[in-house]
Amino acid sequence: MRTPVFILVQIVIAAALYFALRAVNNDYLFYLGYTVLQFAILATAWNILGGYCGYVNFGSAGFFAIGVYTSIFLETVGQNLDDIFPAAIAGPLHAILPMPVPVDVVFGGIVAGLVGLGTGYLTLRLRGVFFAIATLALAVVLQTFVVNWSFVGGSRGAYIIPPDKVPVFGPYIQYLFVLMLVLVIVSLTCARLIERSRLGYGFATIRDDELAAEACGVPTLKLKLIATVLSGALMGMAGAPFPFYIGYVEPGSAFDLSYAVNSIAMPMIGGTTSWAGPLIGALLLGTLQQVATVTISSAVNLLIVGLLLIGFVIVAPNGIVGLWQAWMRRRKQA
Amino acid sequence: MDFGLLINAVIAGLLLGAFYAAVTSGISISFGMLDIVNIAHPAFILLGSYIAYAVNAEFGIDPIIVSIAMLPAFYLLGAAMYQIYYASFEKHGQESLRGLAFFFGVLFVTEVCLLLIFGVDYRSVNAPYIGSSLSFGGMEFPLRLLVPCVAALAMFAGLEIFLGRTFIGRAVMAVSQDPQALRLMAVDPTRIKRIAFGISIATASMAGAFLIIIQPVIPSVGRDYIGRIFAICVLGGLGSLPGTLIAALLLGVIESITSVFYGPSWAPAVSFGILLLTLAVRPSGLLGR
Amino acid sequence: MSASLLQVSQLGKRFGGFVALDGVDLQVAPGERVGLIGPNGSGKSTLVNCICGTLHNETGSVTFAGETVDGMIAHERTRRGLARSFQLPRPFMSMTVADNIRVPLLYTVAFRVGHHVTKAEADERCMELLKLVALDGKASKNPRDLTQVEMRKLELARAMAAEPKLLIADESMAGLSHSEVEDIVALLIRLNESGITIIMIEHIMRAVMAFSQRLVVLVSGKKIADGKPDDVIKEGEVIGAYLGQ
Repeated sequence: MRTPVFILVQIVIAAALYFALRAVNNDYLFYLGYTVLQFAILATAWNILGGYCGYVNFGSAGFFAIGVYTSIFLETVGQNLDDIFPAAIAGPLHAILPMPVPVDVVFGGIVAGLVGLGTGYLTLRLRGVFFAIATLALAVVLQTFVVNWSFVGGSRGAYIIPPDKVPVFGPYIQYLFVLMLVLVIVSLTCARLIERSRLGYGFATIRDDELAAEACGVPTLKLKLIATVLSGALMGMAGAPFPFYIGYVEPGSAFDLSYAVNSIAMPMIGGTTSWAGPLIGALLLGTLQQVATVTISSAVNLLIVGLLLIGFVIVAPNGIVGLWQAWMRRRKQA
Repeated sequence: MDFGLLINAVIAGLLLGAFYAAVTSGISISFGMLDIVNIAHPAFILLGSYIAYAVNAEFGIDPIIVSIAMLPAFYLLGAAMYQIYYASFEKHGQESLRGLAFFFGVLFVTEVCLLLIFGVDYRSVNAPYIGSSLSFGGMEFPLRLLVPCVAALAMFAGLEIFLGRTFIGRAVMAVSQDPQALRLMAVDPTRIKRIAFGISIATASMAGAFLIIIQPVIPSVGRDYIGRIFAICVLGGLGSLPGTLIAALLLGVIESITSVFYGPSWAPAVSFGILLLTLAVRPSGLLGR
Repeated sequence: MSASLLQVSQLGKRFGGFVALDGVDLQVAPGERVGLIGPNGSGKSTLVNCICGTLHNETGSVTFAGETVDGMIAHERTRRGLARSFQLPRPFMSMTVADNIRVPLLYTVAFRVGHHVTKAEADERCMELLKLVALDGKASKNPRDLTQVEMRKLELARAMAAEPKLLIADESMAGLSHSEVEDIVALLIRLNESGITIIMIEHIMRAVMAFSQRLVVLVSGKKIADGKPDDVIKEGEVIGAYLGQ
């Protein structure tokens, strides 16, 4: 289907979901839904670089946290304008700061994208393995930096007190939920557009055989940088609303390892070759994890994710989407 | 500048550096020579630490002795892991993405299992030398650092001799450079790689014992070491054991000085910062090919 | 000198202690058909890799179409009209045969022409090229389903898809039958007559002699002969190199 139709279909489904949840009228479902949507964005973002180009990013938590802390930074500046700036500047700034969450999202995306560009520029000329290790390094460096930066709370953490109710939506969580729905639509549309474009071909050649790709005229470094920036920016955007969702952020929760594992496990289990894979992975694993955390324990739930990741990587490397495609092929031949 | 403080920081750094070299030696083999990115290595080190802890707590046996006794078990574990890795990925040429994801999964599962079994409390071992230090000339040599340091250097020397002097050891060095030549000598490269990977994991057993002597551990400590290990590996030059030692000592000293003068919370950033810098400026490392 | 399409001067390349190329000079005039031969390990593929930018040469320089390409990375050289096929075929395994051909069309030709190649144009050109190498029946298959021989043809077709000025065919005929070799030689000659300069690297002497207007011989990283094919094969050194004198 053409892209505008795809977007429309997503909007319809998203709207239906929202109104259904509203009808049930249980705020917990919105909190749960927010987490799953967050994973959907992270998984889709990871897949653009990991699944399409074949470059593994272990530092998803780092890019996510950039979004988180950009929001916290902007909020804190906005709350303390009079302490930071002289009156002449603070006055007019009061009109625009603190900024609404969607604006934080944009800034989060920009900063994360820039960091992705910088990291990529330093390391993408080396083998994919070194890029993967560098992303791990990046997450740790960022966390150390944040822990030592008291303006955004340092290791003590930062409080963001969101309003209780907002116009139109009612409970604040519903507003955030809808925001995440929009971001999911943006990510999925982005991923699907790439898949069907020349860029998608280029990414695939990088994954298959970078040397041959160059020989065919594909500018591999440029494309890898594009993928890294896009991927990082989307992750940053996913992180920006997080402080408003959770209220209190300390570095451990923003840089939590579960982000790194899930953003790899969900696309690999769902299927890395299609935009649908990360979404399926996020929906399945996301809900599974919420259930496991509540009924068993959060440690066991991570264990399950890890085991599923190993299992799928060995047995079904193309994920659920791959299994479905193989099944369809067998049916056609029968 | 307090020179006494500086000198002791350097000494601690050197002692620690030797330990780091032991920790990294496994990766020097698996990544430097076999080209397998086993980022789960730190988890195996932690496994070694916890086994040493459990036996030490129950029977009071010295952790290093425990780790030596566990060498065969770890070797077999490594050989088994390589077999799975080879059958699933290497044979089909799919190592990069799937191999990385596989080891990442293993790292994760191991860490969580340790967490479930041992919990989040810090664990440490009891040994007669922990807590005291040798001092002369105003310099402090904490024994909890000195003993692992000496043992680590011994292990390191043993590896060097093995790789340089024995047939299998030389075959391991050859397999990274020319698997075809090995085949011509009727040596199966896969078997050599399996042996090498087994050895690489076996080093984790001893490294784990060293770790828990030096500091109390919880399962997530492994992740702190990923950065150090790869920073040392890359800085020293892949596949060069002497390079690994030099890089490890260097890192140990820089980290120690940073920790003493700027605070320990900056320590993780040191190794990763060095890693990023090396990758950007001289990816082949100090002594790399 | 100024009329040469490709000029390689004093090219040197080492791998650690091993000298793969030792001061190689080579000139190719536009429209020429050059054969490059030499025993295994003589440095032929290394030479190709250095010319095309896949490997970086330590000494010497490469000039293509009047431009020094030394600092340029591989895809930039391809876009300037320098294409090559790989000795061991390297198809993109996650795409169909037709899509493999599409890549150079989208990434090389499109950039040269300055506008996007439309889907229809790309499809048409794909099928043309596949017909040339008799692979049009397998257009929607995965390269995994091709025979070794078909993969070599795909490799050649993909290099041709880049619409090069100079095409380096690296052992594209290994394993082909007698008539298939003749077909490929005829194909390459036809390509040459349409204006493409071709360097053929081969072990199949029959093909090399039938194809080349000029023959270059590389042994142990050094050029030991360069001239008319009939003259070159009579040279003592060349015979010695092949018979291991």
